[in-house]
Amino acid sequence: MTSTPPAPLTETLRPRVTVLSDPQVDGIVDQALDVLATVGVEVEDDATRSLLADAGERLNGERVFLRERSVRDAIASAPSRLLLADRDGGELDLSGDNVHFDPGSTALHILDRETRRRRSPSARDVVHLAWVTEACRNIQAQSTGLVPADVPETVADCYRLYLALRHSRKPVVTGTFRGDGFAVMRDMLIAVRGSEEELRRRPLAIFDCCSTPPLIWSELAARSLIDCARAGIPAELISVPLGGATAPVTLREMVVQHCAESLSGLVIHQLASPGSPVVYGGAPAAFDMRHGTASMAAVEAMMVDVACCQVGKRLGLPTHAYMGLSDAKSADWQAGAESAMGVGLAALAGINMVSGPGMLDFASCQSLEKLVLDNEACASALRLASGVSQASAGLATELLAGDRNFLGHPHTRRNFRAELHMPGPAISRGSYGEWEQAGGRDAFDAAAVEVDRILARGNPAPLPDDTARELDRLMDGEAARCGVEGPSWSL
Amino acid sequence: MTEVPGEGRHELLAAMNQSILDGDDEAADRLAREALAARIEPLEAIDRGFTPGLREVGRLFEDGEYFLPELVTAAQAMQAAMAVLRPVLGEQASERTLGRVVIGTVPGDIHDIGKTLVGTLLAANGFEVSDEGVDVPIERFVERARELDADLVCASALLTTTMAMQRDLVNAVRSAGLRARVLVGGAPVNQAWAEEIGADGYAENAAAAVDLARRTVPP
Repeated sequence: MTSTPPAPLTETLRPRVTVLSDPQVDGIVDQALDVLATVGVEVEDDATRSLLADAGERLNGERVFLRERSVRDAIASAPSRLLLADRDGGELDLSGDNVHFDPGSTALHILDRETRRRRSPSARDVVHLAWVTEACRNIQAQSTGLVPADVPETVADCYRLYLALRHSRKPVVTGTFRGDGFAVMRDMLIAVRGSEEELRRRPLAIFDCCSTPPLIWSELAARSLIDCARAGIPAELISVPLGGATAPVTLREMVVQHCAESLSGLVIHQLASPGSPVVYGGAPAAFDMRHGTASMAAVEAMMVDVACCQVGKRLGLPTHAYMGLSDAKSADWQAGAESAMGVGLAALAGINMVSGPGMLDFASCQSLEKLVLDNEACASALRLASGVSQASAGLATELLAGDRNFLGHPHTRRNFRAELHMPGPAISRGSYGEWEQAGGRDAFDAAAVEVDRILARGNPAPLPDDTARELDRLMDGEAARCGVEGPSWSL
Repeated sequence: MTEVPGEGRHELLAAMNQSILDGDDEAADRLAREALAARIEPLEAIDRGFTPGLREVGRLFEDGEYFLPELVTAAQAMQAAMAVLRPVLGEQASERTLGRVVIGTVPGDIHDIGKTLVGTLLAANGFEVSDEGVDVPIERFVERARELDADLVCASALLTTTMAMQRDLVNAVRSAGLRARVLVGGAPVNQAWAEEIGADGYAENAAAAVDLARRTVPP
């Protein structure tokens, strides 16, 4: 028996939430190893199966059985820290309990402000999402969060990245839609970073690689894993167990399946290039037994998210989850409650990258207004996770004995910014009269005012001309290769 | 008599400005004394040293960059400087005053923060403020307003139950035949209430109260 010594009195406690004990986490990993050895995973890509066979794994048709030792080797060779860097080199440290947020990605719709109904997004909406993300201080990364409907599907994936890179400095959580879409996206990242070597040294993007539940790696996902590994571009393993539909209904068994799928992806990834950066991510969902929908905002999905994060930490990997999103159809009470609970839990769980803010309707609809509101929820969540500071410990007697005009006290002026988070204008904290004078807006309308303010400023992060021209050239080349006519790609 | 040459004077004025931005009352006090020792005119120290700092703080507050603690500590620093400079101003002091104010929280109400905040900001912005504290009897308001020949009587109430005292105060000031205008504030108070009780004005927050006071007292 070991017990952790009590923290010194002056040390600030990092509040944490866990849903599993350490032995339970170990038990889940052991069972996932057993699943991989005895049930195996289906790998639909020939080249990937060859890679696994060459490494000595046993094959039966498309099914591959992974030995425990191979999995342990992959866990050991994967780095425990990912230092993502924005365009200017500012670092996001994906390790330990550090928490970062990015907008939920790849929405097929955007919430229209006027009608409050979803509509198809345009390339202009993709640009606006980048601008709003750039302005949200508590959303540290951007994502290629919208699929523009006014652009041919064949180039939609790289076009989203093209626009994201031209309109925000923040690092990007992205992914490919097609097997041959990777190269141009990699080249765009290299163009912004300056060289392939620099991009390896300071990754600018993470690529989501989604397995198919249960226990399947599609050709696209397997190739994407290998492409990322070889290019040194961080891959994010996204297992999407749907409890009661594509995974066992019990939460613990969802976590086992998530672990087995993720570890099989890790083996492929690390075989392709040992030591390449990788994130233990996921998007577990609860299957709604009345409507047949996949809820990532259900409380059980969030519990599985926290459990998977515990497993990822136990394996020594950077972690990710889809949280801070909602199944609501508009940015209403349900949206706020589900999203705030999501980012709060994610922050307390210490999940390194949390995708979700802005997202509605089963991750199919982005809302700029909700993103602005979620940014506030993220701020509160980060504040919550920062804990109760002990820095003034022992000062209370002196403070209470002295001048009790605390509002004008130097101690207040020194500490209030760190102690009290000041929300932005979309959050109502003024008196009733002030609120009424400012137009008496509800949260959505107040956020809309903020969105307008942000959009009116235009591109907050234009690229240097030569880099922009190089991106244009890459975009034109890819469009020509795909037989797509683009009048002018830049917006 | 030695005067500070251009360069040193410029630095001293910049330091005054900074002491307000920093809300550093000790520095403001020290700089005001240094200014006098260096034969800088008190009016110059106020107008070109300290006041620009206060104006900058107000702007930063309006822009959302500064918050109440910065506003209040800046006001306190301004008052520290004025405490040194005002006695030296002599005749000029009363000419420079924007108005004389009696402020307090109404009888039965012990809420301090809003009233103190308004008083502090009024004082920093050039009003001569007599803060009577909390739970101030109506007669005390009237008596002090008469003694000081006050331009303004400002009354705060935080409770719906004590708000009614503002009406009594307005009536008492009027029936005493004082020239002072009565301004009211506090969480439950609004413009409609101010009009209903015949008060001369109402402000939604402390920054608005300073503007209201300026508008209410004719130059």
